[in-house]
Amino acid sequence: MSDLKGIYALWYREFKVFQRERSRMVASIVNPVLWLLIIGGGLGSVLSFGGVDYLSFLYPGILLQSVLFSAVFFGVYIVWDKKIDFLKEVLVSPMSRTSIFIGKILGGSTDTLLQSAILLVIGYVFTVSGVLKGITFSPLSVIIASVFLFVTTVGLVSIGLIIGSQMESPEGFQLISSFLIFPMFFLSGALFPIENLPSWLTPFVLVNPATYSVDGLRGVLVGLHRFNLGLDLLVISVFSLVMILIGTYAFRKMKL
Amino acid sequence: MDIIETKNLTKTYGNLTAVDHLDLKIGKGEVFGLLGPNGAGKSTTLLMLTTLVPPTSGTALVNGFDILRQPDQVRKSIGIVFQDPSSDETLTGYENLKLHGLLYDMDAGLREERIVEVLALVELTDRKDDMVKKYSGGMRRRLELARGLMHHPEILFLDEPTLGLDPQTREHIWEYVRRLATEKKITIIITTHYMDEADRLCDRLAIIDRGKIAVLGPPDQLKKELGGDIIRMRAGNFDMESLRELDYVTHVGKDDGSISVTVRDASQYLQDLLGRVGKVEGVEVRPLTLEDVFIHYTGRAIREGAPEGGWAEKVMRAGSRK
Repeated sequence: MSDLKGIYALWYREFKVFQRERSRMVASIVNPVLWLLIIGGGLGSVLSFGGVDYLSFLYPGILLQSVLFSAVFFGVYIVWDKKIDFLKEVLVSPMSRTSIFIGKILGGSTDTLLQSAILLVIGYVFTVSGVLKGITFSPLSVIIASVFLFVTTVGLVSIGLIIGSQMESPEGFQLISSFLIFPMFFLSGALFPIENLPSWLTPFVLVNPATYSVDGLRGVLVGLHRFNLGLDLLVISVFSLVMILIGTYAFRKMKL
Repeated sequence: MDIIETKNLTKTYGNLTAVDHLDLKIGKGEVFGLLGPNGAGKSTTLLMLTTLVPPTSGTALVNGFDILRQPDQVRKSIGIVFQDPSSDETLTGYENLKLHGLLYDMDAGLREERIVEVLALVELTDRKDDMVKKYSGGMRRRLELARGLMHHPEILFLDEPTLGLDPQTREHIWEYVRRLATEKKITIIITTHYMDEADRLCDRLAIIDRGKIAVLGPPDQLKKELGGDIIRMRAGNFDMESLRELDYVTHVGKDDGSISVTVRDASQYLQDLLGRVGKVEGVEVRPLTLEDVFIHYTGRAIREGAPEGGWAEKVMRAGSRK
């Protein structure tokens, strides 16, 4: 595989840029924590689900939210690369388009998963200090949660890259990705249980891959889940695979 | 041996034909210039030859590989310096070069060696650890040139490589480009709108207008074909037709009250010409330049600071995608 160095190169670039643009990191950590403390704290005073306090119920949902927003949003950088000639520099290299796509996924996933790791640490600190009462932090639960986060991230970064590869302007990207991100977030069960929803809402929740991600994370970390964890993992794995395939195709067809 | 051969290469964007059945042969080790007014199709040609944009019809062989059927091999054979900035400004100069080396699958030893070599060449060695966003426009350009040379391609495409650079840097870059062509036998294809540079640097050049080759040949020959000198005279009324019939006159043109007569050799024919014209208010004699050749074939002067492939062409491309 002569493209390995090139894949590393693309990852290296994203990682360096991510390291240097601290504001990206800070915003991506502060926002979820605010959600957790304000929405969780506010609604937590009147709500609890399945015998768990709302803050703990919400925590896996916030993990998903952070992954969803930063992974999909990562696709905007490809639009910026198009605006200058950087994308041409990469496309004109001997690397195959598939390898370029893989390099981009790795770069975007690293950014996103670093944020998740920090949120896990924050969650642990909150648990130790008693703010979060219902979260099980054990080596096993963290590992399984990480697997869920990883598989979800890869699929979502792919979605972002697919949109990015087709868009001309960052504004356009913003618009299209918002149409996707917000419904995915609100219909995922991140904020409320999905057991007794109105019947017109249920199909939307069930076709949403994020639902299975939240369900898996909540199952592992809080012990509340609707589906079998194996099914959750299967669904998001299939989702991510399909996104990778579509993304590879989109990159091959990408025009300048 | 021809290292590049285009066969009926054509690109249309909607109703607009950017490149129109282009047939072009470029030999190995040649420095070949593509000149043309804005929107003539130079950048589009470059994008097709570098496999970034597929032709609408026709094809081309680059280093013996077909741009449609063997794009990977083509990309391995070429280097390119793009017109717009193409380095990552959040990375340092060194990191941008490292990135390039990795993209071209270079081993660490060779990569470091080449980075040192090209940084020295463009005199950026002591700024290599600064982020590119702190570079001036000229420095950034030099970095990108260094990058295009780093993997020692068979063919190097330069799209307006010295645009916006100071004369000293331009001089320096051309000198190196020339050396690459002669010593390393790298074929170099440039688009430029600096006529003096095209004249001095290119072995051959093609003036492209509306997607077609208007004229092609070595700069000296192109100038010779049109004549040797231009005599510009200011005066009342001339009989332009009778001047045109003189056998040493190759071209007669008129602009704001004066006429320009292109003759084969002014030192020999000036006296005779003035005798025929009669009283004039002023005479100016200068050797024919490439700029004159350009105006002759395109009917337009090339405009400083407004290279083709910029705004207008991008708008066209954007429109065609919808």
